[in-house]
Amino acid sequence: MSETGHKPEPDNATGGRKSAGSQPAFSMRGSLLRKNLMTALLLAPATLWLVVFLVLPFIAIAIFSVGERAPEGGYQAALTFAQYANLPARATAFWNTMVLAPVGALACLLVAYPVAYYLALRAPQRWRLILLAMIVIPFWTSLLMRTYAWMYILGGRGIPALLAYVGIEDLRLINTPGAVLLGIVYGYLPLMILPIYVSLERLDRRLLEASADLGATPLSTFLGVTLRLSLPGVMTGFSLVMILLLGEYLIPTLLGGGKVFFIGNALVDLFLQSRNWPFGSAIAITLVLVSVVVLIVANRVSTRLSGARRVDLI
Amino acid sequence: MPKSYRDGLPISPDKFVDQLMRLKRGSISRRDFLGLTGLGVATAVMARELGIMPTPAFAAENLGDRMSIATWPNYHDPQTFENFKAETGVAVEVNVFGSNEEMLAKLQAGGSGWSLFVPTNYTISTYKKLGIIEALDMAKLGNFDGKSEDARFTAEGTIDGTIYAVPKNWGTTGIAINTKKLAKPMTSWKEFWDTAMAEGDGRTMVHDYQLTTIGNALKYYGYSFNSLKQDELAKAEELLLKVKPHLFAVSSDYQPGMRAGDAWMTMCWTNDGAQLHRDIPEIAYVLGKEGGEIWTDFYAIPKDAPNKPAGYALLNYLMNPKVAVKEHLANGAPSTDARVNALLPKEVLDNPILYPAADLLKPLEFGAAATLTDPGRAELMARFKSA
Repeated sequence: MSETGHKPEPDNATGGRKSAGSQPAFSMRGSLLRKNLMTALLLAPATLWLVVFLVLPFIAIAIFSVGERAPEGGYQAALTFAQYANLPARATAFWNTMVLAPVGALACLLVAYPVAYYLALRAPQRWRLILLAMIVIPFWTSLLMRTYAWMYILGGRGIPALLAYVGIEDLRLINTPGAVLLGIVYGYLPLMILPIYVSLERLDRRLLEASADLGATPLSTFLGVTLRLSLPGVMTGFSLVMILLLGEYLIPTLLGGGKVFFIGNALVDLFLQSRNWPFGSAIAITLVLVSVVVLIVANRVSTRLSGARRVDLI
Repeated sequence: MPKSYRDGLPISPDKFVDQLMRLKRGSISRRDFLGLTGLGVATAVMARELGIMPTPAFAAENLGDRMSIATWPNYHDPQTFENFKAETGVAVEVNVFGSNEEMLAKLQAGGSGWSLFVPTNYTISTYKKLGIIEALDMAKLGNFDGKSEDARFTAEGTIDGTIYAVPKNWGTTGIAINTKKLAKPMTSWKEFWDTAMAEGDGRTMVHDYQLTTIGNALKYYGYSFNSLKQDELAKAEELLLKVKPHLFAVSSDYQPGMRAGDAWMTMCWTNDGAQLHRDIPEIAYVLGKEGGEIWTDFYAIPKDAPNKPAGYALLNYLMNPKVAVKEHLANGAPSTDARVNALLPKEVLDNPILYPAADLLKPLEFGAAATLTDPGRAELMARFKSA
């Protein structure tokens, strides 16, 4: 923001350009100004975007969160921390989310790692691009559509109907915790595979040969070299999936039958059903803070694990 | 000179094609196109002759080319909107909701974009109080006939003598049950909840809707469906928390589960009960003998409707008994309008799902306005769902 404040006057800038040939000192100042102006212009769209879509809504929610629910629902102005004091009323939802997010991310990781490993180190070069595309292409369809598809695959006319042919009657797959986990792994898999793939792809193969030359078994090479060097990718994928899962509500609703209540579901209900915007805002703020803490911890852990190398998670 | 069919045309074929290309390029509006080619007049004249446009207000106003309606799942004959588009050029976007609370939330937040929506009886007084809906301009609703409406179902649309909403249909909230899977006859809410924890374990659905889920749990103990009393709600909560682990789902979209055979029993609205029974005869629809909900759904127009002329036009269109009768045949809910009942086939009027015996209707209660905004019931529902 400060750059836009120091925007040079247009005639000043042209003045700098005009005199470029004759006065070197002046030209340096001119080019510096131009550089600043360029930086400001380049930063402006992103800054504007962040202010309009992140900072302002966040301020609005922060103001809502210290307000009161109007008698007919919605928001009425007040200055109270009653909403924050009431947070334990959604303790179950927070707890469910805190369990779902890491478990879901872990399940995703366990499925994604072998895929990424194969893609980066084992797949034939000419197939790699096609295989990667096949992982990304389902992403072009809305998650809602794909989750609905799973509803029908797992529903009574899907897999259970096939199983009934071989004598397994009345099996129920939909609206179970397993269905929710399946939906989560399916939905977030590409977000886990891609960062791991990138870090494995950059792996220096000579290190693997060196490890073998020094007498390491394939397993200890994998644990000591491959896995260790891919940890930044693992942590990126893990925290990316985990943060998205903290706000997840669609998959538990559709594949879990709305029986399992996550913080995302609590938010939807508070805004759309009981219309308690202040309490919903307080929960939203808390969720954002929790997400930030998760990010910081994940960053620390991955820095530690990958041997003090700086890691950028996002 | 031989007379060609081209003589006397308002526009030559070449010029017509020119105008059509201009329309396609976007150089002229659809309205200009209709004016320049004479098609607009022709359509209006033909429509009037055929009686498709019964009111003058209809043809005179510019209806635009799109509008949006908020309504319930499986609630309309899709053909109705197609026909409306064919006759007026207005495409109708249908938004589907699972609870009145959700509709209220969208309208309270503003900018819903709806020009017509379908609130239930007990919410109308709140909408009026919040200034969200407009007093209907009855001059624009020539097809509505207050005298042919059954006052029991329409009363809540009129507040202090002003009409804010006109009825779509009425109905009940009962139990849909797959009799092949659960053979024991069911007649009460007590049996519903008890079965959910026994033979119906893992196969029972309740609405994601405080009014009916809490209301029917209150009925287990014989309390009022609308109770706001602390001790009675506490008992209902106790029951709900006990049943929760045995449920298949907490969702107002129960048709897919029932049709697929995953769910065997659910809380159910008349129209869904009729649709399910029509397609799958072993799914029965029964009312709880302790009582429960009777309701009327209305049409209302939000004050901030972006296309009020089209909202009124569609509403008037839907109030035409000939159109309404098709809606009732498709969605299966009983009509409040004597003119529509006169057009319905006998087997529909004799269908006990749609028109239950009087002694079953007697204990039913209309939802109370206070339940909509009561924070106590909302929190109870949240505790039930998060348990």
